[in-house]
Amino acid sequence: MADLLLSHGLILAVLLFGAGLLVVLSRRNLMYILMGIEIMLNATGLVFVLGGARWGQPDGQVLFILVLTVAAAEVAVGLALVLQMYRQRETIDADAMRELRE
Amino acid sequence: MTTACYIAAAIALLATGAVLFSRNTVHGLLYLVVSLFAVAVLFYTIGAPLAAALEIIIYAGAIMVLFIFVVMMLNLGERSEHRERQWLRPRTWFGPAVLSAALLAELIYVIGALPQGTAGSSMGARLVGATTFGPYVLAVELSGILLLAALVGALHLGQQPREEETSSHG
Repeated sequence: MADLLLSHGLILAVLLFGAGLLVVLSRRNLMYILMGIEIMLNATGLVFVLGGARWGQPDGQVLFILVLTVAAAEVAVGLALVLQMYRQRETIDADAMRELRE
Repeated sequence: MTTACYIAAAIALLATGAVLFSRNTVHGLLYLVVSLFAVAVLFYTIGAPLAAALEIIIYAGAIMVLFIFVVMMLNLGERSEHRERQWLRPRTWFGPAVLSAALLAELIYVIGALPQGTAGSSMGARLVGATTFGPYVLAVELSGILLLAALVGALHLGQQPREEETSSHG
């Protein structure tokens, strides 16, 4: 029962992570890219909480709180960068920033 | 209770898929909030109530509000009046509303089924807090430093450029 829950939960986490990765890879809107990163971090936290619930330890939830901290820090800096890019370029298309490639 | 787990997982997958295929940023954000709610219900049913509460408070509350704030500040191209009218059309909110209603029904069922409301053994806030500030206190300090760095970085990146800087950089 517990193992079945763990394996199905891991499948769900992999699917969520894949969806987040697809969002990051297939979208050029920077807001969507940040949302994809959030989905991936959320899937990672899901794995931690599932592991903690499977073995009855609180460590999983502690690490979930740390993942939450990383997500909050990432989104604060990322959204500040998006705002700065919009001020300079009037767009948030990721392909508009290609000076290094040319 | 296992059924509740699987329904929440299905709602999380559906909402995340809707994020993947949505064209409008606000629609994507709505579906992302629903997906986070579904994961929170999943956390609650597998016996992690503190993680479920933090998922809703920090992810669906703080982080998503930041996203919506930035979307409103950007105001990308469309006239806001037109967009307001678009938001009030049923096609915009119908999908998230149906998924959220399913989650609400599930939450009422789960709370009604207490105290045997979890699939595993429940680990409350007291145990998690004792572990966080016990063996993991170094990680807490490090995440404090990380948050301080993010605060300073976001403050620096978000400020308006001064006059001499704009003239020198064009």
